[in-house]
Amino acid sequence: MTPSYASYNDFKEQLLASFRDNEERMNGERKSPLHQLRRSALKQFEQLGFPTIRHEEWKYSNVNSLIKENFALDTASSLTAEDLVPLEIPNLEGNILYFVNGIYHPELSRIVSPSEQVQITSFADSIKADTEFMGAHFARYADYQDSAFTALNTAMASDGVVVRVPANTTVDQPIILRFITDARISNITSQPRNLVVIGKNAEVMMAESYRTLGENSSFVNVVTEIVLDRDARMQYYKVLNETAKAYHIGTTQVHQADNSHFYSASITLNGQFVRNNLNIVLNGQHAEAFMYGLYMPNGRQHVDNHTLVDHAMPNSYSNELYKGILDDNSTGVFNGKIFVRPDAQKTNAYQSCKNVVMSPGASMNTKPQLEIYADDVKCSHGTTTGQLNDEALFYMRSRGIPKDEARTLLLYAFSQDVLSQIKIKPIREYLEGVVREKLTK
Amino acid sequence: MLSISNLHASIGEKEILRGLNLEINAGEVHAIMGPNGAGKSTLASVLAGREDYDVTSGSVVFDGKDLLDMAPEERAAEGIFLAFQYPIEIPGVSTTNFLKTALNEIRKYRGQDSLDAVQFLKLMKEKMKLVNIDQSLLSRSLNEGFSGGEKKRNEIFQMAMLEPKLAILDETDSGLDIDALRIVADGVNKLRSPERATIVVTHYQRLLDYIVPDYVHVLYKGRIVKSGPKELALELEEKGYDWIKAEAEAI
Ligand SMILES: Nc1ncnc2c1ncn2[C@@H]1O[C@H](COP(=O)(O)OP(=O)(O)OP(=O)(O)O)[C@@H](O)[C@H]1O
Ligand SMILES: [Mg+2]
Repeated sequence: MTPSYASYNDFKEQLLASFRDNEERMNGERKSPLHQLRRSALKQFEQLGFPTIRHEEWKYSNVNSLIKENFALDTASSLTAEDLVPLEIPNLEGNILYFVNGIYHPELSRIVSPSEQVQITSFADSIKADTEFMGAHFARYADYQDSAFTALNTAMASDGVVVRVPANTTVDQPIILRFITDARISNITSQPRNLVVIGKNAEVMMAESYRTLGENSSFVNVVTEIVLDRDARMQYYKVLNETAKAYHIGTTQVHQADNSHFYSASITLNGQFVRNNLNIVLNGQHAEAFMYGLYMPNGRQHVDNHTLVDHAMPNSYSNELYKGILDDNSTGVFNGKIFVRPDAQKTNAYQSCKNVVMSPGASMNTKPQLEIYADDVKCSHGTTTGQLNDEALFYMRSRGIPKDEARTLLLYAFSQDVLSQIKIKPIREYLEGVVREKLTK
Repeated sequence: MLSISNLHASIGEKEILRGLNLEINAGEVHAIMGPNGAGKSTLASVLAGREDYDVTSGSVVFDGKDLLDMAPEERAAEGIFLAFQYPIEIPGVSTTNFLKTALNEIRKYRGQDSLDAVQFLKLMKEKMKLVNIDQSLLSRSLNEGFSGGEKKRNEIFQMAMLEPKLAILDETDSGLDIDALRIVADGVNKLRSPERATIVVTHYQRLLDYIVPDYVHVLYKGRIVKSGPKELALELEEKGYDWIKAEAEAI
């Protein structure tokens, strides 16, 4: 039985009440350290409240319309395997896990990797059954003191995935997390929570994909924590292809030890309001992080990418390239922080954000923020925002390529710098298809 | 084939072409010379359809059709080709991919089937030999980081691939070394045929030793002020433009 909070017209109150209500129904767990942690996260959320545009980190991203929506906290869905067929990514093989309204559905999912290679369990099961492991990792990386949404997720998350890769292991099949919001009947919100712990010298590929079904509004508030032990390697892709009524706020928090390598691509194809936070702590020598991003909002869509790289130890390396194509009346935000701590000598940090604005109604806000406290570092950053090059268009047209086709070709090439980084071929091809389609529309 | 009469074109307030007349028949090669800033590249751009220029009066008829009425891509499909004085860099698009798209768009316009990968590669191999261009250059982003000479050679390669009816070469010789000049000229000469015509814009007789023109025109202050046989180019090389300018001002 799921109680309804429709009588609350304040979203925050509704969420707080839901937490207390769940707590009521708990037994001994209520006293557990994990639950106490979630309680303190809730308190933090209660104190912080939803951010307003007066908050420096939310200056260009106004969550007001999100808060005013009326969301059901109900996770029930009548979704069947058949409904998922149109959402499938052709030729995609591997561990494919479906989450509907934030809840893991084993009957829709398929885990193919042997458990010696990787342990893949649901967050719901892990938080109940594996309190020692969860106690050691859950909420240890993603800070909830300063982020209302992370605090909210930390308190409320009921499901997601927990991935553990033992030392010296290569997981040879990718792990694909498909978060489907079923908004066919009502407005739906969910709070998925993922934890990935990669052992020494182990390697894994993982992708998160988000889709919404139906005409109603959806709001996903996700947090993914990723820990790489020394010499570990990860390919991590986050793909949003949402509806025009979908809100998404997500934080990926990465913690890297010595000589670990983290490669990420964050692709936002569609969504009404999107905020991606990617926070990386390079907490080891010779740790390397590569961050690619592509966003292409149109209509009235809003896409905000915030990245933070914290170079905490010497000799670490980060390289970031985010690219945007903005059409119609869409808005984009890029905020890239690079933090080089006093001890982090011989840091190399590179950042670049390039945008093409296709219409006078579209706009882009970019803000690189470099805070460097060490003296022997190499840092560079650059942002460009402009229109498509008229000279290039004329050159192409003079060879017989019609204007629209010329535009598509130029923009597709622009997006390739990011898409070509994706190593899971079916996902790359799927994205190339969607990008091409979106550009020719 | 091409008939330009009383063409006036300006950019902003500035009139650059001021009543230009020129007749070109199939099979002919016309050289256009003239001092810097005379309007040679402007003429080439107006013919190719660059939208920055306003054509304020006059007409251009190409194969019986009003050229000025067509979009740049339509002109290309009708058979006009401009080898740019300053070719543009196209990041992320290889020459191969670019030409495949261009060629098939042109074929589509003409109601022909598009070439498949095998047919296209065969054609490319053939034309690569013609202009002595390297495969590695064609897989790179078009013109990006190409040397001046490589850009020019690539323009001629594109011309060879698209087989235009009327090719306009805007200072294709500038920036080429002696060997490249000969290769480019060879490429142009091999494409000479009774159905095709070429306009060669150049400052130097050197190129005209290889591509021998049927007519030489002098463009000055937006007009063709003198036309003559190929020997006119030699005369210009020897005497410069002052006498032509004096003649033109006297009228
Ligand atoms: N976009 C522009 N804005 C203003 N003036 C222009 C523009 N394009 C061309 N012009 C002017 O028009 C005149 C003719 O230029 P054009 O490039 O056609 O000369 P050209 O004969 O090709 O010269 P060159 O031999 O140096 O290549 C020049 O005075 C030039 O400055
Ligand atoms: Mg010129």
